[in-house]
Amino acid sequence: MASIYDYPSQIRRDILRMVHQPQSGHPGGSMGCTEFFTALYFDVLRHNPSAFSMDGRGEDLFFLSNGHISPVLYSTLARSGYFPVAELSTFRLINTRLQGHPTTHDGLPGVRIASGSLGQGLSVAVGAAQAKKLNGDKHLVYTLHGDGELQEGQIWEAAMYAGAKKVDNLIATVDANGQQIDGSTDEVLPMGDLGAKFAAFGWDVLHLEHGNDLDAVRAALREAGTHTGKGKPVVIIMKTAMGHGVDFMAGTHKWHGVAPNDDELARALAQCPETLGDY
Amino acid sequence: MHPYTNQGSQDTRSGFGAGLLELGRRNPSVVALCADLTGSLKMDAFAKEFPDRFFQTGIAEAHMMGMAAGLTIGGWIPFTGTFANFSTGRVYDQIRQSIAYSDKNVKICASHAGLTLGEDGATHQILEDIGLMKMLPGMTVIVPADYNQTKAATIALADHHGPAYLRFGRPKVANFTPADKPFIIGKADVLVEGSDLTIAATGHLVWEALEASNALAAQGISAEVINFATIKPFDTEALLRSVHKTGRVVTAEEHQRHGGLGDLVAQTLGMHRPAPVEMVAVNDSFGESGTPAQLMDKYGLNATAIVEAALKVRNR
Ligand SMILES: Cc1ncc(C[n+]2csc(CCOP(=O)(O)OP(=O)(O)O)c2C)c(N)n1
Ligand SMILES: [Mg+2]
Repeated sequence: MASIYDYPSQIRRDILRMVHQPQSGHPGGSMGCTEFFTALYFDVLRHNPSAFSMDGRGEDLFFLSNGHISPVLYSTLARSGYFPVAELSTFRLINTRLQGHPTTHDGLPGVRIASGSLGQGLSVAVGAAQAKKLNGDKHLVYTLHGDGELQEGQIWEAAMYAGAKKVDNLIATVDANGQQIDGSTDEVLPMGDLGAKFAAFGWDVLHLEHGNDLDAVRAALREAGTHTGKGKPVVIIMKTAMGHGVDFMAGTHKWHGVAPNDDELARALAQCPETLGDY
Repeated sequence: MHPYTNQGSQDTRSGFGAGLLELGRRNPSVVALCADLTGSLKMDAFAKEFPDRFFQTGIAEAHMMGMAAGLTIGGWIPFTGTFANFSTGRVYDQIRQSIAYSDKNVKICASHAGLTLGEDGATHQILEDIGLMKMLPGMTVIVPADYNQTKAATIALADHHGPAYLRFGRPKVANFTPADKPFIIGKADVLVEGSDLTIAATGHLVWEALEASNALAAQGISAEVINFATIKPFDTEALLRSVHKTGRVVTAEEHQRHGGLGDLVAQTLGMHRPAPVEMVAVNDSFGESGTPAQLMDKYGLNATAIVEAALKVRNR
């Protein structure tokens, strides 16, 4: 039996190799969110990887709103059993189901909405959460968003709605890595106190200081679960480091959407032990 | 003379409201969303009778489209309602990614389309929405002609799986199609048979086409009138069958020439059976304030304009 602690290193290897092969994709945000995906999919989420259904009744649902970090989603889905791990080798290649940004179009199990154009996933999650309430389904809806993504207006339309209408079966997480494409979020467009903003929109706000500490993420997600059903949507402001896990990639926006070359790949993989077997 | 009579003018949006209410009673999976235009969209009866299945989103159309996509996950059939401009141009990327590309069973219902919105003027008078929506892969596009047909189309959409755009309008217009006629998505209706030319019309212009056919008949010209209430999937067969007989076409719609029914007819004929086409449509301009009738007259979207176009296409 694999231990949950084996996953982050292996998923980072997958991410690095997936973006290296086509020399394109987004390793930075993916590696910063590896502990989040591990905690969610291998600990917290109540889901059926072997019998995926679009409807997702009787399951927790997850929506990736910042679709560019598809590598970490695909690796996690494959290693959860949604589809063969070998398929990770097709990422971004012609005729693949593992499109650059996630899609339902090619029938990839585990994906329920297309994302890539930022700012849309929270609304979708709110709709899915309302559907769960109409269906009397007590399961939860989870989302992940980039911090730069929060500059999109639709996020705040959805935030206002969810707060006002008490969508309290929803747990959104913000990947607060402080980075986006053109630089740090403070250089591009400072967003001030994100927690205070969500609180002002009627959300229950949790802060996670160590988003790259697997046990801390597990605890935060469990804690968030206990805050559901109390009349407020829940948001976790999760601090991470973009590119976490590889020293020369960590903490800079430079690796937002750049693939390592052969030499960089070798150096990066040397820092991420193969724990569960490469694809 | 065409055999249709106006059973009493009504607005097509009321046809939508009536259809939605009937769906609410008939189909427990139907839910509705509206962005602060419940009265204008005639969705209030549904909202009142089915408060648990009605979602008031506030003035947040982008969010409404995403939420509708989310509601399909779990098996619900969402109908969104707002003005046509805010149903399409305002939220094109949301529809494109979260609904069309994601294959979501959302029905985008759009009122106050075109010039006949009237006095509010060009900011609200979208004339590009048919083009925007028909370009999206997999999107069904329906533009019914009158109250009865709008009601029937609304009801038909609930049984059709896939994303769809339903376009209707604000003013009271002739209600002339049979009340009990089921709407068949993808099938055009030949309303009047004729031999000299084909008038292919959609939406509010269908009644105008019928009136034009009378005027043409008085001049000894036999016009075939076809109601293309489904723009996509387009009924290519119906068009070609007619043009094999008539050899020429006038198209009529409350939309830009670019991207509308006229484009589609010209493309279809160009590929299958080249024939002269004249287009009654807005020619690359925005609208303006005025009464619906004044605007349709000023922009040449009425029976008179169709007759002129018919005389022109006859001589080509
Ligand atoms: C609507 C939209 N605008 C622009 C982009 C281009 N884009 C992709 S990722 C990105 C930066 C996102 O920043 P953040 O959400 O913080 O993600 P991170 O860089 O931290 O992974 C941008 C601008 C996009 N995908 N969608
Ligand atoms: Mg960021």
